Parts: sequence; C-alpha cells; structure tokens
Amino acid sequence: MLRYIARRLVFAIPTLLAVSIIAFIIIQLPPGDYLTTLMADWASQGGAVEAGTVAAMRERYGLDQPMYFQYYKWMAGILLHGDFGISFELGKPVTELIWSRLGFSLMLSLLTLCFVWAVAIPIGILSAVRQYSISDYVATFLAFFFLAVPDFLMALGAMYVMSVWFGQSVGGLFSPEYVDAGWSFGKLLDLANHVWLPVIVIGLGSLAALVRIMRANLLDELSKPYVTTARAKGMSEFELLIRYPVRLALNPLISTLGWILPAVISGEIIVSVVMSLPTTGPLLLRALLAQDMYLAGSLILLISVLTIIGTLISDILLAMTDPRIRLT
Amino acid sequence: MSMSNDTILKVDDLQTSFKTRTGTFKAVDGVSFELKRGKTLCVVGESGSGKSVTARSILQIVDKPGTIEGGSIVLTRQDGSQVDLARLNPRGEEIRSVRGREIAMIFQEPMSSLSPVHRIGEQIGEALRIHFGTPKAERRERVLDLLRQVEIPRPETAIDRYTFEFSGGMRQRVMIAMALACNPQILIADEPTTALDVTTQAEILDLIKRLQQSHGMSVLFITHDMGVVAEIADEVLVMYRGRVMEHGTVDEVFHAPKDDYTKRLIGSVVRLERKAEIRLKRAEIEADAAPLLEVRNMSLTFPSGLKAVDDVSLTVRPGETLGIVGESGSGKTTMGRCLLRIYDPQMGEINYRRADGTVIDMRTADKPQLKELRREVRMIFQDPVGSLSPRKTVAQIIAEPLKLAGMRGKELDERVAELMQQVGLEPAWRERYPHAFSGGQRQRIGIARAISVKPRLIIADEATSALDVSLRSQVLDLMMKLQDEMGLSYVFISHDMSVIRYMCDRVAVMYRGKLVEAGETDQVVNRPTHDYTKALLSAIPHPDPRDRRIQNRFRYVAPSASVNG
Repeated sequence: MLRYIARRLVFAIPTLLAVSIIAFIIIQLPPGDYLTTLMADWASQGGAVEAGTVAAMRERYGLDQPMYFQYYKWMAGILLHGDFGISFELGKPVTELIWSRLGFSLMLSLLTLCFVWAVAIPIGILSAVRQYSISDYVATFLAFFFLAVPDFLMALGAMYVMSVWFGQSVGGLFSPEYVDAGWSFGKLLDLANHVWLPVIVIGLGSLAALVRIMRANLLDELSKPYVTTARAKGMSEFELLIRYPVRLALNPLISTLGWILPAVISGEIIVSVVMSLPTTGPLLLRALLAQDMYLAGSLILLISVLTIIGTLISDILLAMTDPRIRLT
Repeated sequence: MSMSNDTILKVDDLQTSFKTRTGTFKAVDGVSFELKRGKTLCVVGESGSGKSVTARSILQIVDKPGTIEGGSIVLTRQDGSQVDLARLNPRGEEIRSVRGREIAMIFQEPMSSLSPVHRIGEQIGEALRIHFGTPKAERRERVLDLLRQVEIPRPETAIDRYTFEFSGGMRQRVMIAMALACNPQILIADEPTTALDVTTQAEILDLIKRLQQSHGMSVLFITHDMGVVAEIADEVLVMYRGRVMEHGTVDEVFHAPKDDYTKRLIGSVVRLERKAEIRLKRAEIEADAAPLLEVRNMSLTFPSGLKAVDDVSLTVRPGETLGIVGESGSGKTTMGRCLLRIYDPQMGEINYRRADGTVIDMRTADKPQLKELRREVRMIFQDPVGSLSPRKTVAQIIAEPLKLAGMRGKELDERVAELMQQVGLEPAWRERYPHAFSGGQRQRIGIARAISVKPRLIIADEATSALDVSLRSQVLDLMMKLQDEMGLSYVFISHDMSVIRYMCDRVAVMYRGKLVEAGETDQVVNRPTHDYTKALLSAIPHPDPRDRRIQNRFRYVAPSASVNG
C-alpha cells in the first residue's frame, strides 16, 4: 500500500509539470502582456506614458525575456525558495495573497463534497429501491433539471430568492461586521450562516450526477444472485439492502471523487465570483483579466495540486474498500 | 431412521406466476409433492421447466415480479408445530425465521451468489448472528468448525479470505458451510454442481450426501442432469413447463418411467453412455494418412511462472475428432488457444498441413500467414451468451468472417441463409438478435459462424458444457453431421468424459499442463492406463440408481505432495 502511494505521488510530478507549462502558455496566449493591459488602462484614464518608462518596467518585470526563460525563473523560484513570484497588479508576493483565500476555497470544496455525498446516496438508494415510483420520478426530474442549470445562473437565482423573499444578506462568507474581525465563536457562527448557500449552489450539479450514478449502480446490484443468497439466510430487507447491494454500489461511487472534485473546484471559482466570496475564484478571474501571470499561474497550479491529491485519495479509498483491487 | 416416513415439507397445488406486459406467465402451475425427513427429493427438468422457481417459492424468495398465487407449503417443525409458508408475508419476520434456520439454500453460481467484497467467514457466520445473536468470538469458532466440516484446507487462513481467492469447487463448499450454519432441517440445492467440472461435481455431491447423513437433513435437489439424479435421489419429481410430469421413487422413475418426457430425459443421458450411432456407422479413418496438425513438444509458461502447457505432443488426422480432456486448471483451454496462436507458446512446433500439401509451423508463422491460417482453423467457444455480440443480428454475426474474407451483397446473404439451414436454424430468423434464442440455438449460431469460411480444423472449447444434458447430444450430433459433410477435423476440449466418449475418435488426457495419456477413445475409456484417467471416468454420474458409482469412485492423488487451493 505504501509503495503504491509513493509510486502514485511520483507519477503526480510529471502531471503537475505539464499542468504548470500548459497554464503558463494559456495565460500568455492572449496578445500583449500585463504592461499592455496597464497602458490601455492608463490611456483610458487620460494619462500618457513615455515609451522609455514602459521599456524600463518591462525589463524590471522580466517581460522582455523569452517565454521559456520566464517559465524557468518562475519554476526555479517555486522549487528552490517556495517563492511563487510577485503579483504585478497588487505589488505583493503571490504567496501572501493566496494562502488565506486558498484556505476558504479548500473549506468550501470539502464542505460541498460532504454535502453532495451525504444527500446523493440516500436519494439514489430511494430512487433505485422504489424504481418507477413517484419519488423516483421526482428525483429523476430534479436531477436532470439541476444537471442542466449552469452554476452561475443557480447562484444568481439563489441570491435573488434569498434576498428578495427572505431578506437575508447574501454574498460573501461573512456579515460586514465580521469580515475583518479576528476568529471568534461569533464569527464561526456567522460563517455557518453564510456558507450553506454557496455549498448548495456549487454542489447541486454534482449532486444530481451522483444521484443518477448511485441509482444506476444500485439497480445493477439489486438483481445480483448474492442478494438472493443473503435473503435466503433470513436477513431483514433493510439490513440486507445496506449490507450488500449498497455496500457494493458505493465502490464505483468512490471513483467518481476523481472527477467530482475538479467539478466542485471549478464550480466554486465561478460561483465565488458571482457571490463575491473571499476565495481564490474572484482573485483568479481578476488576475487572468489583467494578465497578472504569476498570480494566475500559481492559482491554477495550486488548484491542480488539490485536484491531483483528491484523485489520489479516491484511488486509495477504492483500494481499501474493494478487496478485488490489488495494489502492486 | 425411525422417523424416515415423516413428512417435513408438504407442497400442495403450488402456483407461482410472473406478471409481464403480455399477460401472466405461470412458471409453477399446480405442483404438489412431499419431502420426507432425512431423504433426498430431486426435482428434474430442462431449463425453463419451473423447477428453480418451485424451490424459491418455498422460501418466498422468487425474483420480482413473481408471486405465489395459490396452494400451500406446509413445514412441520421438529416440535411438531406446522406453518404454511405460502401464507406468510415475504418481507415479514416469520418467513425470515424460517430462512437459513429451518430451511437453507445453496445456489448454482457459487461466484456470483457470494459477495465479492465480504470475507467468507463473515458471510458464513451471518446466519448465526441473525438467528441466534451468537457473539463474535463464538461465531468465529463455529465458522472454523463449519469450514472443517466442508473440508476446506487450512480453515484458519481461509476464513479471512475473499471468494475470488477460491476455486469453483471451494466456493461451493463455502456456500454449503453457510447453509449448514444454523443446522437446518431442510437443504434446498439449486443446481449446485452445474457450473463445476465432473470431478468437482462428484466431490460436492459426495459432501452433500455425507453432511445430509451426519446432520439428518432432508435435501431438495434441483438439477437438469438425470445422471446426477440417479446417483443421489430417493424420490424424483419430473417437471416440464411448470407442471409435474412424473413423481415416484428413483427406481420407479428410472426403471419403469411412465411419462414420455421422463423417458426422453433419461434417453438423452443414456445416449451419452456410449459412442454416437453416426460414428459407429462411419468407415474407419485411415491411420496412415498424413496428419493435418502435428504438435511437437509445445510448451507455454506464463509470466507468473505457471507452466500451463508442458511439453505437449499430439496429432490430428484429416476428418477425425481428437478429444482433449481434463479438469479445470489442467491447461486444456490454454493448449487449445496456443493452437490458434491466441497465446504464443515459447517452445515446440505446431505443424499444420495446408490443402496443397505444404506444411507451416504455426508457432513461428508471421502475421499475414496467421491471417490466412485462421481462416482454415477456427474456434467454437463455451459460453453461447458471451461469445455472441448482443448488438448484432444473427445474420450479421454469421456473416462477419465471410465479410472479412471479402464476400459481399447477394452472395453473402445466400451463404448466410445456407449456413443457417445447415446448422438447423430457420433462415427467416436472420434478423433476430441472440437474446431471442435458447442456449442450444445460440451454440448453433456459434457453429454456423465457425464453419462459414469452410475451415478444415475447428477447435471446440467446452462447446456443450453450458447446455442442458438433453441438448448436448443434439449439438454433438450436429457437429458430427457437419464433420462428415465438410470433411472437418475437430479438436474437442472438454472436462466431461461422457461427451468425449460420445463423439471423439481419439482422446488425449491432460493433467496440470501435461498429457498423461493418449490413444483411441475406446481403449482409453475401457482400459485406461493412467490413474487420473480412471478418476475422470469414475466421476461421471451413472444414470442407473441400482448401480451408483460416484460414492465408490476412484480418486486420483498426484504422486508429488499436492496442494489444493
């Protein structure tokens, strides 16, 4: 098992390297760089900049060098000094900007995952056991509905409903008075009051997908001969259901963690922008618009690391729960 | 056995039906019988006769949408109290207290009937927990004891293993241990040996018999094989299309059968007792004809180090059938696949003589040569369900090799129709999909596909093992008819000596990758020289209850210290 984990970690390195290169290239793909964006901004505000100043700035930021050299410098900084570079726009080290927001992103993603699993499994079971009943049709209809509605639209809709009909303050993870306050019990309570809405909005799409998968898995398992065997032992129907078919139907569900996690994280980015949450989402969007390449690159890289770790965890979980999978 | 005449289970006018879109299908239609204490009642019939549904009705575990419509199933408990199982709520507590405790059941597919992700000890001990609430430590002791009773080697380690770590026979022993956990009075066995090879079947039948005697159980044994019935039954119930055709003691049924259907069932087993008529009539094959296939010292070692084929040499003459016989794991299937180069043997020669007289070593043949040769050497598979694509019509399946050979249009259609006729299928069924056909018909489709490009040699791997006994001889007869019409040669791989005896001219016996005996079929069957061959022969169920052989059969133990998995 340990050897398997070690090997998977080693395999993750080239993946991450590839992700960082692709992220870097994509950020650079739009014509121009951070300085052209900056010039355009200044020009629109009526200011003019001398050509000499621009050239000097370009040299200072290292933007005059070829792309592979810029990439090399960035990577070397990360690997040797843990230095993710500097945000051009905000003039601060990237590390300083990211960490607090990354924590919220992670928390939001994990909460969403827990929510999705906790709700999807019972609904999926109900839907399969009462196949073609009213509850199955309702679950199926809602599942397809939420699968079809995009995240941002759901966020807008939810915010509208909450603020207009229920008069709740929406947007953000905290009420104004707690945003800059230190951590306290009150702040935690405030967080709990705010966090559930984004969790539901981000999770609904994946939730719907998982309900469908759980239902299909379980329907396959319910007709297997080992269910009859267990029934012939005298086991009660409920114990039988949980102990055998549900237990087996969960295995394929665990492997969905590998793609549910990226879906949740990218959904989180979009929803966070709409609901103005203090996570990495809005920061990433701004960095991309401004071609603030070190900030954007670092964010994408870190989100990829989280995704790869999530996939690894799902593989390990699957190996632990299914004895048929042999780790070599 | 003072209580031997007591009736423990009395089924009266049982009706079980399945509601479908097209109406109600009566799977069991007015079945009545009595099961006596300590005795074995065999319910026999072809697939679809309702025998399995009858068995499941007793425990009320018929698959949806089947329901018991009428009749009674009266169980007499040891204390004399009686209960009508047919009246109980199928999800209720009362029927659950009967399941596993008073009446236990074992099933046909020991692999899929056990959970793959639970340890076997847990699955065996479960009934104890449900019915007696036995504490964990005590449960483990009891499970170990059960594993010893069913003779699973090294029970202390076996208890914590998973089903896929056991062979088919061992899995069925696990099932039996599970059924015995609560000392039930009745054991219902639903085709427990059908998925096993002949030697393992004999061992499992033996085990059930011994446990029945030591536990004083009554056994309701469901099977399609009259040979098995003759070996173990006290009484027999013959079923056909949901109805009882005949009911009597085993001796009455075999020696004075009243019903035509019973006679036919017995006839299909007895036919396999000797050589096929069509073979007896045929002229001798020239012994000195140049061999079609000559295999010399072929060996294949898998990367795991397992020597699956070990120095095998054999010849196939034009127009003859060579049988390869051995139990599962003997390497016979691997050997057959080597002949087609599905596996690449590392050593030896596979010399194939083409129609023009040139000889090619298939072991070293290159890709274009192999493509040519695979048109002349073809294969028929065991599983008539898995080896036909469910998304293609019969015509498409049969036409596939012809298309690969470049045939198109009207010529192709005509050839497909002709082939279907040749194997006894209506050409009008050409647009149907495989699921619309019965097992025997599907195997005919497989045969039609194999002969479509006019091959010269066919390798048939357990071609009849998945079929009911009554269908086996039909498919074998068809294969022999085609052999005579087309001048085919067969390599016929089987674990069952009786089908080998029925159709093969010569036979080679394989054991652990080696050929241990080879010769004319008559000689090998009647005067076997190797002990393993004797063991294989004596494991065949003998369709005469007056001469039961399985219990006194000859057992083969490999000379080197053998280890059973």
